[in-house]
This record gives sequence, structure tokens and C-alpha cells, in this order.
Amino acid sequence: MGLKLSPRLLELIAKLQEIELEDFEMNVGDLEIWIQPSAVATPIALPKVAPLVKVKPTEIIEKEFVSPVETYPGKVVEVKLGATKSDGGTRGKSVIIGGETTPAFYTFEGPVSHSPVIALDVFDMEVPLAKAVKMHVKDVLGDPAAWAKLAVEKFGADLVTVHLISVDPLLKDASPKEATKTVEEVAQAVDVPLVIGGCGDPVKDAAVFAEVAKTFAGERFLISSITADMDVERCAKFVKKNGHVALSFTPMDLNLARELNRRLYDFLPKEDIVMDLTTAALGYGLDYAFTNMERARLAALMGDPELAHPMSSGTTNAWAAREAWLKMGPEWEPRELRGPLWEVTTALTLLLAGVDLFMMMHPAAVKTLKDIANQLLSGSSGDAEKLVRWVSMKI
Amino acid sequence: MSEREVKGKVGIRELSPIDVYKLLPRTNCKECGEENCMAFATKVVNREVAIEKCPPLLTKEYEKAYRQLKEMLKPAVKEVVVGVGDHARKIGGKLVMYRHEFTYFNPTAIAIDVTDEISDEDVLDRIKGAEGFSFEYIGQTLKLDMVAVRSTSDDPEKFKASVRKVAENTNLPLILCSLKPNVLEAGLMAVPKSRPLLYAATKDNWKDMAELALMYNCPLAVFAPNNLKLLKSLANTLLEYGVEDLVLDPGTFPSEGLVDTLNNFTMIRRAACKRGDELLGFPLIGVPMVAWTEKGEAPEEIVKWREAYLAAMLIVRFADIVIFHSVDGWSLLPNVILRQNIYTDPRKPVAVEPGLRVFGTPDENSPVMFTTNFALTYYTVASDIESGKINAYLIVVDSEGIAVDSAVAGRKLTSEKVADAIKASGIEDKVKHRKLIIPGKATRLSGEIEELSGWQVLVGPRDSSDIPKFLQEKWATSQNS
Repeated sequence: MGLKLSPRLLELIAKLQEIELEDFEMNVGDLEIWIQPSAVATPIALPKVAPLVKVKPTEIIEKEFVSPVETYPGKVVEVKLGATKSDGGTRGKSVIIGGETTPAFYTFEGPVSHSPVIALDVFDMEVPLAKAVKMHVKDVLGDPAAWAKLAVEKFGADLVTVHLISVDPLLKDASPKEATKTVEEVAQAVDVPLVIGGCGDPVKDAAVFAEVAKTFAGERFLISSITADMDVERCAKFVKKNGHVALSFTPMDLNLARELNRRLYDFLPKEDIVMDLTTAALGYGLDYAFTNMERARLAALMGDPELAHPMSSGTTNAWAAREAWLKMGPEWEPRELRGPLWEVTTALTLLLAGVDLFMMMHPAAVKTLKDIANQLLSGSSGDAEKLVRWVSMKI
Repeated sequence: MSEREVKGKVGIRELSPIDVYKLLPRTNCKECGEENCMAFATKVVNREVAIEKCPPLLTKEYEKAYRQLKEMLKPAVKEVVVGVGDHARKIGGKLVMYRHEFTYFNPTAIAIDVTDEISDEDVLDRIKGAEGFSFEYIGQTLKLDMVAVRSTSDDPEKFKASVRKVAENTNLPLILCSLKPNVLEAGLMAVPKSRPLLYAATKDNWKDMAELALMYNCPLAVFAPNNLKLLKSLANTLLEYGVEDLVLDPGTFPSEGLVDTLNNFTMIRRAACKRGDELLGFPLIGVPMVAWTEKGEAPEEIVKWREAYLAAMLIVRFADIVIFHSVDGWSLLPNVILRQNIYTDPRKPVAVEPGLRVFGTPDENSPVMFTTNFALTYYTVASDIESGKINAYLIVVDSEGIAVDSAVAGRKLTSEKVADAIKASGIEDKVKHRKLIIPGKATRLSGEIEELSGWQVLVGPRDSSDIPKFLQEKWATSQNS
């Protein structure tokens, strides 16, 4: 075909050049019929002639832009965390997450349903903390109630996560009663909704959660978390019976997430389930976390009900990256900035994948994420004229 | 229309090896290095090899098939080359909108800016910052990619001198920035054969910019601040003018309007990848350094912080180039790592082979440790052991490519797996002792590992950088006990 084509192309060029010489105005659309489609692609052996066939336009040739809007059959369920007095709890406020009908911040398709919320981490005993984090909480370490107060009043936490690490049989093996007492202190100190974190031991966590759930019936605490190797039926039942919310945690596998959610559906309405698909740190598997969450959210919007839950992220895991806290060469300092930026970068990546609830650590990272979320939600338009300034700006 | 349907074009996921195979010579000549044409077709579909690796396909006889294949494999976002020769950098070339649909190619290029009004010393410093940036990460060296030379003087001679100075001192591809064609041309005259990216054609200067792009065979950025209709119209006009390699800039808002910026990037990429809109099927340029336009009285660190997070959002939301002002390691490092992460191939787990690794010259009394097979974990531990000049055995346990803490939480790393790995490694024939050093982040598994394996567990440090210290303090004493 190439051999047959060449003379024809040359013919075309000759014709076009004539047209150009005559200063003949012609519709560019017409030209495309002549040279479409394969003749345009430069064949290997032919000289590069394609640009010659163009008639240089003298005015901007306008094209319409139509917003590529999708309609999605699915919607993420709305989940309410924390119960106020009128709802039978003691919290000063509750938050609603989920309800998305578009991918994260695709506001050209529809409004954002709810602002993302941030839960700050509070630990019930000493844990290894990065220096950059520790400097902000050193006065309240070991005092979960004071820590929670600081998180809410100074750092702007929407929720507080009480990590009951001390119940770990390998650590202090604190009893469910002792854990409940810690939660009581925190619940007294702050009136935001609480997230109840366990130690990671499937048996002990179930026992602790059962006790906490019962003691704080009706509070709509987020029980963090229910995993596949726990007694799922028992956990789901005490969550339901006492009016709380389950955090369904699975390790970076959407099929496992669907499976655990299905098991929970036998006992819990969808509105009582948030899911955590596992957060890995920037540099340490964030790509998996990001893609998993993005896929889950797109699947939910495309109508997969088993993934149509708000997503929670243990963004504090960002600090598992040594680059977040390690003293490196002077060219990478100060780590007091590098560390929280690591957490911000991890959080923002997942914000754009659709995360609704962030469990975070560093006050600067928390503030930044809040500011950005508020900015995105405000929908305020920028001044297009200003966009040009950077080109010739002097710094 | 759903995300999965693309009218009029074969979506990348729908392309099967058969589609490619049908157009190949089908002679199984093996000249490409594959066993047969079908194997080659499979690799082509997976973008592991270019069709040009098939010599017969490049002959006259197969010219038509070659063109058809080219068209079939054409990415939704055009691949554009900035620079020439060994230092050229490809951008764009995206086949899909979402990473999980296939994989992203050509990682976001990161450029550092200089201007024609800063001192020569500052120019050299900033170039050194751009060129010297280097970070070792899972066996790769992460680098910066380009230098953007901006004219703040609007003086053609100054710009020319500045571009010359930059070109004399770096091999990195250049972006020449001025909205004034005469200034840009002066800059181009300093590097007439280097194929810099020209920034930028606007509604006011597009014709002159198009002439420059054609005359000097350069890719051309198209800038239509927050106006996609204009952007598309300009792209259309420039293509008709004969400029083939475009890069699109819908503008980057630093604060007010940020959501518009995200929307614009997203709409452009969706139009290209899901709607087959070829006028918008070009690489995108994001400018996190717009943060500096709102500096005001804020300390520099705050502006650098904003610039860094803007860059992160742009890298996630489809930017193919980002331009930075900061050359600070702390603000660039999270971004080069994020870029690396987002551009890894999701089809391949980032994992190493499980099994026994030997460091130095261990003997029957040497320490035995284990870690997971997540590539990053493994390389980090290995490099810490090596730099500590330690003689030791390291058992790499299959955690399905997940890091220690996530793997423990997600039950991808269990005491059973550790016990099995000990047995399978043959370590029990190599050492006299039965003491296993486990990662600090796997403390939870201590008891069960002891029960299942019969080995005594020593809980090691939470971070492998402390391994040398740990061995010095704990291994020696444990040997004596």
C-alpha cells in the first residue's frame, strides 16, 4: 500500500500547494478527508512530507469543549460517627462520612457529599514515636485524656482515636475493664466522637471491644477494627446491639474486603460499616494502598455494593517510612519538616483516591490536610489572570 | 456511557495478543529474540517490547501492517520528547487514565527553575541542585529531570545569555519560558538544536510560537489559564498549523481555585483516555511553583511546604511535568518517591525471591535474622547489614511483597510462614545455635514462632539501621548466656 500511496500523496501535496498559491480559503475539515487516516502517519521509507499538506490557519479554529461527565449507578453509604444527647449518646457533635456519588473531588460532576474528617491518635501507654511528633505531645504522653484534649482543642481533631495498646498480652496485658476506664477518661475529657483502637491480637481485641461497646452503648464509636481472623459474628453482634460502628479491616485485597463485609452484613446494616483497606507509607507500598482505594471507590460508584462504604486510612503509618524520621545527610534536613510532609503526601495521595476518615499524628500534617480539604470544598474560583504571573515572577 | 466503554476506539484493555499477532509476519523467525510471533505479540500488548523489534515488520512488504499496528498501539496521551540524544526525556505516552487499568509510563518529569535576572553564581548553584539531586531507592537512582529557564527581564539579549549559560552547564533538557515570542526566540538561538520545550503558546501569541516550534523542531506548551475550550481550540489550531508535539497547561491555582485545577487536569485526561479526544491527548504540565506567587510575608519554608504538597497532588492527578522552585531535599524527596511509587508497574509485585541470603562470611555461630520479601524492606535491611560489615544469615520470608508491619497486621506474615521458611532455608544445618533475630515490628509473633519452630526468639530493632548496634549489644551477650 505504501508504494501505491506515495504518488497519491505527492499529487495531493501538489494540489494543496496550488490552493495555497491561489490564496484559496478552504475548510480545514475538508482537508482531513483527503489525507485521513493512514496516509498521515509517516511511513518508514517516505520523506517527512506531512507538515506540508497543512494550510496554516490565521485565526484560532474554535472547538467546543464538553465536560466529560459520567453518571454512576452506585453511591457510597453514609455513616454517622458519634451520637449526641438527642441521639442517645453523650458526644457534643457527630460527623457523617461517605455518601459520595462521584470519584474524589470530581466536582465537575457533582458536589462533594461530606468533608473528609481527621481522627488524631492517642495512645494509652508509651510507644515509639518519631522525634518530630514527640516534641508536640511530650507533655501528655501516658495521659490519654490530656492527650485527647490537646488533640481536639489545639490540633483541631474531628475525632480522637484511643489506641488501647496496653491490652496487648505481649505488653501490659491490661484487662478489658482497665481499657474501659481509659476510654471513660478520654470520653470525659473531650466530646468529639471516638474511635476505639485495639492492639492487633484478634482474641484480646474482641474481649476489649465487647466491654467498651457495652459500657458506652449508644455512643456510635468506631470500633477499630474487626478483622477476618476475629470472631466476626460475635463482634458484629455487640457492635449492633450497643449502637456502634464497625471498621472492617483487610490487608490490601479487595476480594478479602468484600468477603469480610459480606460476613458483617449478616448482622450489621451497611450504615454501620466503614472499611479500612490498609494504608502503607509513602515509599513503602503507598502505590498498593492508593490503587486499591481508587479501585474500590470506582467499583462502588459503578455499583458494587460490597465496596460502597466510606474508607478510613491509618495515615499515621506514613511514619513507618524511615525517611520520615531518620537523620539523613544535611541535604535532606530539616527532618522536622520532612517528616510531617511525608504524612501530608501520604494523606493527600489517599485523599485523591477517596478516603473519608484519616487517622493522623502530626499537628502540621493535620492542619495542612484540613486547609486543603476546606479549600477544595469551598469551591471558590481563582483569578485566571493570576495564573500567568509565575512565568515572569521575580523571587 | 460508562467508564468502561470507549466509543470508536479499542480500549487498551480490550487489545488482545491475537489482534497484534494477525498483523505480524507470522513466520516465527525469532529475529526479535522471542520463541515465536505469538510470544512477541503478547509482549507487545503488555508494552514490554516495541513493535520495531520485529525486523521484517520494518520492511516495505509489511508497511501497511506496521502502520496499522502503530495506530492500534497509539497511546491516548501522545508521547512527546524534550531534548535530544542521550539526554532527551520522554513525557506523556499514557495508555490509561487510572493506574490499575494497565500501568503508567514516563514518570512525571520534575524541572527546577532559573531566571535570566539571577546572578551567574545562583544559576550555577540551582543547576547543581537539579543535577546533583540523587537518592538511592530499591536499587534505583531517583533524579530530577529538567531545567526551566524563565525570562523575568523580558530582555531578549539577557535571556539568550542566560539560556547559553544554563546550556553550557547542564545536559538536562530545558524548558524555555516567556510569553513573548521575540524573547523566546532569542533564547532558542542559544540552543537551536537542543529541542527545548517552548513555554508557552497563548491566545495572543500562538502564531509566532507555532513558527518558532516549527522552525526549531521543538515541542510547544499551550497555556490557556482555566479555560478548557480555549485550550482545546488552541491545540486544534496549532495542530492544523503543523505543530505536532504539544504539552497542555490549563494553569495551576495555588489556593483559591485549586479545585478547578484538579478538575481541569482530570477532565483533560478523561477526555483523552475515555472519550478518545485527540485534541486533548497530550501531556500535562503542572506548576507547583505558583505557590511563590502568593508568598506575601510568609517564611520561605511555608511556601516550600505548599509547593511540595501542590506537586504531590499534581503528580497523583495526571501531571506529566511539574516545575519546582525549591531545590530543598526535604521538599523534593517525598515527591520523587511518590512519583516512583505511582509509576511502578501494578502488574508486578515489588518483591524479591524468598529464601536464604548470606552476608559476608558467616560461620556456625553467626546471627540468623529474618525479614519479608517486600523489595524495599529487603533492600533496606540488606544495605544496613552490608554497611555494618556483618557476617550473618538473613531468611527472606514470603509476605506476598508486603512490609513487616502491614504484613503482620494483615496476616501475610505469620509464625507458620516463618517456621516454614526456617525449615526450607536449610539454616539448621549451617548454624549450631537456634536463635532467631526477628524484626521489632514483628514482636507480636515471638511466642508462636518459638512454639512452632523450636527456635529461641530475640526481638531485634524496629528499624534495621539499628542492626549493627543491636548485634554488638545483644548478640554477643546472648551467645554467652
